[in-house]
Amino acid sequence: MTSRRGARSEPASELELFPAAEPAPRIVEEPLPSYVGSATYPGETAEAAIAVSTLTETARDILEGAFIPIWVRGEITDFKAHRNGHWYFCLRDSAAQIRCVVWNRDQRRIPAPPDDGMLVAAFGRLTVYPARGEMQFTVVRIEAEGDGLRRKALEITRARLAADGLLAPERKRALPRFARTIAVVTSPDGAALHDIVAVVRRRRAQVRLVVVPAAVQGDSAPDELCYALDQINRWRGADLVIVSRGGGSREDMWAFNNERVARAVAACYAPTISAVGHEVDLSICDLVADHRAPTPSAAAEAATLSKTELEAELRRAAHRLRAALAAKFSADRDHLRHVARDLVSAAVRQTSVRRASLERVSGRLHALSPLATMARGYSVARGPDGRALTSVAQFTEDMPFDLVLRDGSLPAKAWPRSDPAS
Amino acid sequence: MATKRSGVLTFEQRLARLEQIASELDAENVDLAKALSLFEEGIEHLRSAAAELATAEATVQRLVERADGTFGVTDAD
Repeated sequence: MTSRRGARSEPASELELFPAAEPAPRIVEEPLPSYVGSATYPGETAEAAIAVSTLTETARDILEGAFIPIWVRGEITDFKAHRNGHWYFCLRDSAAQIRCVVWNRDQRRIPAPPDDGMLVAAFGRLTVYPARGEMQFTVVRIEAEGDGLRRKALEITRARLAADGLLAPERKRALPRFARTIAVVTSPDGAALHDIVAVVRRRRAQVRLVVVPAAVQGDSAPDELCYALDQINRWRGADLVIVSRGGGSREDMWAFNNERVARAVAACYAPTISAVGHEVDLSICDLVADHRAPTPSAAAEAATLSKTELEAELRRAAHRLRAALAAKFSADRDHLRHVARDLVSAAVRQTSVRRASLERVSGRLHALSPLATMARGYSVARGPDGRALTSVAQFTEDMPFDLVLRDGSLPAKAWPRSDPAS
Repeated sequence: MATKRSGVLTFEQRLARLEQIASELDAENVDLAKALSLFEEGIEHLRSAAAELATAEATVQRLVERADGTFGVTDAD
């Protein structure tokens, strides 16, 4: 047995267990032995025996010719993702089993590798693996009961994105309030684009929608979506990105659960809105995008302000400007008024303080004035030199002096002193 | 910032500038002459923004990548 794909490096035992990627090449028919005796067809007699490979090859040709590709249901057992890239497992029910293989190249159509015990329907072609002489079912699609494979795929993708922090709420960026240029990643002929354009037109929103075309379903959708997002990242001309498609079957929308697409959305330089399908459809892209809109129309609503809203915005700004200026003037006026009031009261305060101290001083002055004493009937004798004469000893006979009284002074003269003893 | 004339600003930038002008007017240390010039600038922004609002329409285009890796847009309608 040989393989074109170089699976030759595998240990012989594994090669026997697991067929290589490509169906083994047809073994070149050896020249038929020359029939001996009475044999009229190969294998009729011992002498005309055919080779084992001829038998299995023939069986394979007959089997493949007899069965068109079909769906077969059963339970998965002995699943193995071999390191050669292919999946091997058995499909069984209570009475029978068949060996199955999913070639590496066919796995992209299957959301996730099935687990042992899963009840599935597998779509494929019945053949024979000549190296082991066994029937083999070559599977290209698998649908698990209860959509188990898709659920498993979602869980795996979600866990991987979460492990890299791509689902963290703090990663969510705010949408620009006034997006001018919005890139729309979607099918140019799809309902999503139609809805988005209709909403933008209805709202008379002043935006430029730049469509970045991508298939939104089918095998090529993940690659095309990633490519479109990559183009936007290189272009850098949009300030908001909408990734969208209209409603459809779960399978139609599967590309938006693709891990690569989700990572491309997360890597977008501009804030992103994901709007995939309808309200009830939640995709991995929705989880990664900065904003999730339930429908393409809702995405357009979230992305734009209507003309009415813009006008209101402008009115608010105008009002705020006028109010600020008015407040400025009235603040200045108030300030002036306060200053004037402070000035007057300061002046008043200064005057009354001074008056009070003046009164205090004059009172004291008054109390100390000799005039007050004289007012009560006392008088002062003052000598020619103006000094007060306060002792008898300062007087001599006939000495003139002034007698100062309450209301003036009189010239006076000292009389001879009468002897107090006489 | 005050030197930014209103010719090339987007609607959003104008609104942001208006907001800024209002805040500057609110500040206590702005003299009246400055306040008046700010106000005039604000009025100019308001007028331009309103004019822009009156004329603009939504456009739908398509992103086109050229062979040399540069980008352009074509009308999609």
